[in-house]
Amino acid sequence: MKLNRRAFLGTASATAVSLAAPMVFAAGHGKSHVVVVGGGAGGATAARYIAQDSQGEINVTLIEPSRAYYTCFFSNLYLGGFRDISSLAHSYGTIASGGVNVVHDWAVGVDRDAKTVALAGGGSVPYDKLILSPGIDFVDGAVEGWDLSAQNAMPHAYKAGSQTELLRAQVLAMPQGGTFAMVAPPNPFRCPPGPYERVSMVAHLLKETNPTAKILIADPKETFSKQGLFEEGWNKHYAGMVERVGPDFGGANVSVDPDAMTISIDGEVTKVDVCNVIPAMKAGRIAELAGVTDGNWAPVSAADMSSKADADIYVLGDSSAQGDMPKSGFSANSQAKVCANAVRGALTGSTIFPAKFSNTCWSLINTNDGVKVGATYEATDEKIAKVDGFVSSTGETDAMRQATYEESVGWYAGITSDMFG
Amino acid sequence: MVSLGIRRDLFAMVLLGSALVSGAPLEAQGLGDPDRGAEVFKQCTACHQIGDGAVNRIGPHLNMVFGRQAGGLENFRYSESMTRAGVDGIMWTVETLDIYLENPKSLVSKTRMNFRGLDRAQDRADVMAYLREFSQDPSDIPEAMPTATGTDHDLDPAILAIQGDPEYGEYLASECKTCHQANGAADGIPAITQWPVEDFVVAMHAYKRKLRPHPIMQMMARRLSDEEIAALAAYFEDLE
Ligand SMILES: Cc1cc2nc3c(=O)[nH]c(=O)nc-3n(C[C@H](O)[C@H](O)[C@H](O)COP(=O)(O)OP(=O)(O)OC[C@H]3O[C@@H](n4cnc5c(N)ncnc54)[C@H](O)[C@@H]3O)c2cc1C
Ligand code: HEC
Ligand code: HEC
Repeated sequence: MKLNRRAFLGTASATAVSLAAPMVFAAGHGKSHVVVVGGGAGGATAARYIAQDSQGEINVTLIEPSRAYYTCFFSNLYLGGFRDISSLAHSYGTIASGGVNVVHDWAVGVDRDAKTVALAGGGSVPYDKLILSPGIDFVDGAVEGWDLSAQNAMPHAYKAGSQTELLRAQVLAMPQGGTFAMVAPPNPFRCPPGPYERVSMVAHLLKETNPTAKILIADPKETFSKQGLFEEGWNKHYAGMVERVGPDFGGANVSVDPDAMTISIDGEVTKVDVCNVIPAMKAGRIAELAGVTDGNWAPVSAADMSSKADADIYVLGDSSAQGDMPKSGFSANSQAKVCANAVRGALTGSTIFPAKFSNTCWSLINTNDGVKVGATYEATDEKIAKVDGFVSSTGETDAMRQATYEESVGWYAGITSDMFG
Repeated sequence: MVSLGIRRDLFAMVLLGSALVSGAPLEAQGLGDPDRGAEVFKQCTACHQIGDGAVNRIGPHLNMVFGRQAGGLENFRYSESMTRAGVDGIMWTVETLDIYLENPKSLVSKTRMNFRGLDRAQDRADVMAYLREFSQDPSDIPEAMPTATGTDHDLDPAILAIQGDPEYGEYLASECKTCHQANGAADGIPAITQWPVEDFVVAMHAYKRKLRPHPIMQMMARRLSDEEIAALAAYFEDLE
């Protein structure tokens, strides 16, 4: 059995075309099929855990178009100059050698009656259980004047990789004393502290290269994650550089003009040098195509992450509407383990242990100035509900902040090896 | 601070003065008997010096240890664990010393202090009374804390005796592996694989009971039952 699968993998990596062939599962006759769409924080973890723990009893296929996954987590640190871009890239080699059929293609449709997933390259893959973890897409028309065709002039950099590199290059090319603008997203969105960590990292970079530059944030939200900690840090390290316009002053009434490089906040037009537009978000489009979304997100049961619309489909990570957990890589990874345990139990009869979830999000404000927020969660009938939590405090010692940063480096190594082996 | 000429009799005088002011001799307030403590301290002298001219040996000198941050002497090379404990906020007080001296590993798992600990609460109270005489302004050191005479923090042997279920441990451990690497590498978060079960259980309960300060680990440990901690210990012990 194992030999057969290896042989299949060998050809798979040689030619992507053969992957579309309908004989994908010839090797796994009689076994249950789990298909995972999306090889990110949720999907890579789920695929790896199911394959590893079922020890060959379940045939696992991971569908993911990219050969290298660039983590969004720590991509702000790349902007600030604390990481290089290659340190964010992870390949699927170890996942594949751990027994997962890795198919580099897009899933373009789900036939819930036939229980198959259609691939962009042609052909389809059958499943007994389907796990969707496709991350986010942007809500059309969320920011007037901006759509995906404007993403080179005004990058979102909210999916990591070339967008992140582009944004950094634009910051470095700003004229002295220029303006970096950010259009921050409304709730809920991936990584609640993400935009504000980004502001910190851009400020850090500008302080070195362009100390008279300004940062302007248009924000539709009254308050944001770890606000007191970020504002303390901005005052301390980047005094006078960061201005945030909240909804009281029109932060929700924004449009942009990518050709003119202007941003209009409550009717007041400003010429800017870089404009980072982070639009409102929704579940990755395949969730909508599968018919498991309600509004922008896909509602799930807290006990096992199964879709409320279809008991054989599970939705992990950013795409899911699950309750109290923030949309983070940590959360997606945590949900994936609960889901993997439940899926394996459902298909092989292995013990299904009670759901347990947790999350911690670190943010870097300046060199060795790290902060964190975290919580534990449990499954209730209604949702994933917060049990307990903590957050860094303002005024902590430098040694404590440095230890917090070092911890985040440890976490990055931990979660990426948990996802990719 | 090291160059202060510290003499026990000098401290005793200061102490006497303050004791007179507060109107009660030390022993009556319950910290323990410093003279007996001097006897107990003989177990420490293979590694530690104290008093006038004390220097670091195998262990750090113990002058003015009360109020000092754990791992706080600049010129002593502490274990990573001890340094981390200090950064986390552990200061040496009657309470923390009592825990550390009872079972050094409960507070600092990988401490370099190769010492079993003092089982008897009275021995700890006495040795602390002795150490206190070599601290600055001993009168400022609270002595009427609930733990002042030594409280047993040791885990109930029944908890240590629980046989963990490694299969359940494996599931529970999946949550830990987001931070603690399964292969035992440590890049900013300590490794927890292949520990003796007892050390693991003692450490987890120290977080659960807030003897150790770290907010993440307190939160993680708080919702684990005794059986779950045992299951995790059993699983991680054998993880390669
Ligand atoms: C700037 C920034 C900083 C962040 N910092 C942190 C942090 O410090 N800590 C933290 O925990 N989280 C952080 N996050 C959030 C984290 O990146 C996401 O929450 C996490 O990646 C969500 O995991 P996921 O599995 O839902 O989606 P993703 O990780 O985005 O994975 C989705 C995958 O699905 C694939 N995919 C999508 N559609 C299809 C399809 N139709 N067919 C096949 N494949 C498809 C994509 O290619 C992608 O690889 C940050 C995010 C950003 C933007
Ligand atoms: C076998 C040697 C040894 C013995 C015996 C020993 N210690 Fe230690 N002690 C050490 C070492 C080494 C350290 C540093 C630990 C580390 O870095 O983890 C230490 C650390 C300490 C500390 C923390 C000091 C600081 O600066 O943070 C205290 C307090 C302490 N010991 C008290 C005692 C007492 C009281 C005794 C006797 C009851 C004792 N020790 C017995 C070796 C020893
Ligand atoms: C969010 C990250 C995170 C998660 C999840 C996590 N830990 Fe920890 N753990 C840490 C950090 C950081 C420390 C260092 C704490 C300190 O300084 O006391 C630590 C310390 C420990 C220690 C003591 C190590 C030492 O050398 O003293 C043990 C034991 C431990 N963790 C076990 C666990 C177990 C078991 C789990 C899962 C139930 C877990 N941890 C989950 C981050 C985490």
